[in-house]
Amino acid sequence: MLNYLIRRILYAIPILIGVNLVTFVLFFMVNTPDDMARIHLGVKRVTPQAIAKWKAERGYDKPLLFNKTAPGLSTVTETIFFEKSVKLFVFNFGRADDGRDIAYEIKNRMGPSLAIALPVFLVGLLWTISFALMMVFFRSTYLDVWGVVLCVGMMSISSLFYIIGGQYLLSKLWNLVPISGYGDGPVALKFLILPILVGVISGMGAGARWYRTIFLEEIGKDYVRTARAKGLSELRVLFKHVLQNALIPILTGAVVVIPLLFMGSLITESFFGIPGLGSYTIEAISAQDFAVVRAMVFLGSVLYIFGLILTDFSYTLVDPRIRLE
Amino acid sequence: MVSVKPIILWTDALLGLLILSGLVFAWFVRRRRDLRAPWQRVVQSKSGMAALVILCLFLGIGLLDSIHFRPALQTVRSGNRVYGVEVLSLLDVAVGPLRQRPEKTYSAPLATHLYAKETLELADGRQARSYPRLVFGGAHLTNPEKEKAADIAFSVLGGLGLAVLLWSLAGSFWLWFLARRHQVKVTTWFGLVFRGQTLVPWNFALLTGLALLLLGVPAVLLSAKYHVLGTDKVGQDVLYLALKSIRTGLVIGTLTTLVLLPLAVLLGIMAGYFRGWIDDVIQYIYTTLNSIPSVLLIAAAVLMTQVYMDTHPGLFETINARADFRLLFLCLILGMTSWTGLCRLLRGEALKLREMEYIQAAQAFGVSHFRIILRHILPNVMHIVLIAMVMDFSGLVLAEAVLSYVGVGVDPSMISFGTMINSARMEMAREPMVWWSLAAAFSFMFLLVLSANLFADAVRDAFDPRVQVRSWGVRFFRMRPSEMGKEERS
Repeated sequence: MLNYLIRRILYAIPILIGVNLVTFVLFFMVNTPDDMARIHLGVKRVTPQAIAKWKAERGYDKPLLFNKTAPGLSTVTETIFFEKSVKLFVFNFGRADDGRDIAYEIKNRMGPSLAIALPVFLVGLLWTISFALMMVFFRSTYLDVWGVVLCVGMMSISSLFYIIGGQYLLSKLWNLVPISGYGDGPVALKFLILPILVGVISGMGAGARWYRTIFLEEIGKDYVRTARAKGLSELRVLFKHVLQNALIPILTGAVVVIPLLFMGSLITESFFGIPGLGSYTIEAISAQDFAVVRAMVFLGSVLYIFGLILTDFSYTLVDPRIRLE
Repeated sequence: MVSVKPIILWTDALLGLLILSGLVFAWFVRRRRDLRAPWQRVVQSKSGMAALVILCLFLGIGLLDSIHFRPALQTVRSGNRVYGVEVLSLLDVAVGPLRQRPEKTYSAPLATHLYAKETLELADGRQARSYPRLVFGGAHLTNPEKEKAADIAFSVLGGLGLAVLLWSLAGSFWLWFLARRHQVKVTTWFGLVFRGQTLVPWNFALLTGLALLLLGVPAVLLSAKYHVLGTDKVGQDVLYLALKSIRTGLVIGTLTTLVLLPLAVLLGIMAGYFRGWIDDVIQYIYTTLNSIPSVLLIAAAVLMTQVYMDTHPGLFETINARADFRLLFLCLILGMTSWTGLCRLLRGEALKLREMEYIQAAQAFGVSHFRIILRHILPNVMHIVLIAMVMDFSGLVLAEAVLSYVGVGVDPSMISFGTMINSARMEMAREPMVWWSLAAAFSFMFLLVLSANLFADAVRDAFDPRVQVRSWGVRFFRMRPSEMGKEERS
């Protein structure tokens, strides 16, 4: 087990290096820091001094990969690559363009992001799986057919519509919850209900249909026939045997996103004005703050790889035949 | 005579290439019975047929909108013509009045008055605040309050009548043509279609056509006199915007697959067929790409193009060329982020196929790797590729709207569902609400995506009922990278 864990972590290192190289090429080689400075300062009437000052303030005034002027080891360390990319490995994210510490912001904004993403994930998973099981229970009846029709219809609606529609209906027309905003403590609940509801509903169509196909595949297998032959009720067969056996494909899709829940959701957070990591990312994108975007890319990949490892461990929990060696 | 200068934008050329290769493919499939059979099953599905009719309409609009030109300006004195900076398409010409009748600002669907109050000068010289009449919408009415309802009802009724007439003419002609082809007596054939006893559900195709005509013809008649779906902030007709958005959606949905396919097919098959270090390298590449949150990768790449375009303004002759470049780049980067799912699937399939006897026999005969891949592996994974193509389409259309909202989608000057929603979103808080832009964008998008989904389902069922195909398209709503395959469990 420990061996496996160590191997996976070692395997993660080249991937993270790859991610770093990709972002480095995108952010520093395709366009030089000079280009970025020009964009930030406005294309016209930019003096070389202003560009130099902008770069110096943000630490972009060093050579890209190799510093010939610096002595000894600092030929490599006194470069943009080391300062901006390598330091990400120790979670040293540096400062955003507005001078604030990125790591501090991430720490502060994780809470609100999780407050939405976690309930959406849990409630959504529970609800879509139950809905899918319901469809499978009533398979080849009108209930199933209309369930699938509903799912396809819901899949075809833009997620933006759910948000805008939800805001209009619940907040504007019925005045049940505030349109957007966020507060600490129990006050947060009234702000959170709508985004969570919208998140669950908008993920339902595709999810329920996918789980339905998994369950339908399982239901044709021999063990199900055996269970029925034993005289078990259909409900018991579905919820005990089929659900348990279908857990592997379900976990494959679900567990990997658990760490990514920290990152929040871009769209939901920006629509509902929730000060989480998602809205932080959106603000950074619209302000063209590349330091923040780079930090989020790195954080996202670390969390993704962590999710993959987590997925493997979750397999051992539901299927005793699987051992990690 | 109006002279024009044809303009071939990058996306036009690629879309044309795609259509051309589609036609070649269709011609190839037609001649071979084994390839034709699954396609026949696609058109035999009722929902698939209905979806196909709607998709064809959208495709037609999109293609009309992909033939661009620049009209010559009037002042031609020295002999050499000067062309306008505005790039028009055939669709712009076809719906000419819609494009050329801007109002001042918002107006509701079928309105005769502007949405916002203005200070007007009355006949006796006094000033009053009220809603001014629209310049074009309902301008033919002298007393809109009284005449409007009757006028609209008249147009709608006329439109419905015309639609039924057109439908029965076109439908009968089509059925007559089919009866001739099948060498059945026309009356028998009509009866068969009417009772739904034909192999291909022509009755569903006809019903879908009728529904489209019943919606479309009255809209066309009304749009001659009114703004059927209202106008937006700068007074542009919303119906026109919605029609123009179709092309953007189609381009994103199709050209992205054009980028994604060669990568996924080539790398996936190579990884599965050769194994060893090639497999390791390719797996490393796609795991790395997969682990970057796709929205962020897209955002980073699009921001970079934006910077590049801002620092090289001389490259683009017109605004359209600029917007088109960004659209093309968006397709490119969307393709780069979404090939991994298909690649992994193809790798697994190739791993299975390479152990098959016929491939081992080919290897024993000394057939080259290249030929084995081309003759034996590629045809046997084609169904997966095809299913992936149609299933990705709807996801990409939806993704465009989200990305445009984030600000990393298409160029703001390009008309798309995303930009429509984005600009209309600000008006949610107004009282009374400006709902028509949003409603138009969402319903057009819904129709396009729904028919694409239904068609994709029909294709999937026809080509391989056993293959487990998840919509492995990019999921943008939550930053969820596509799921890992089972084979990666070690």
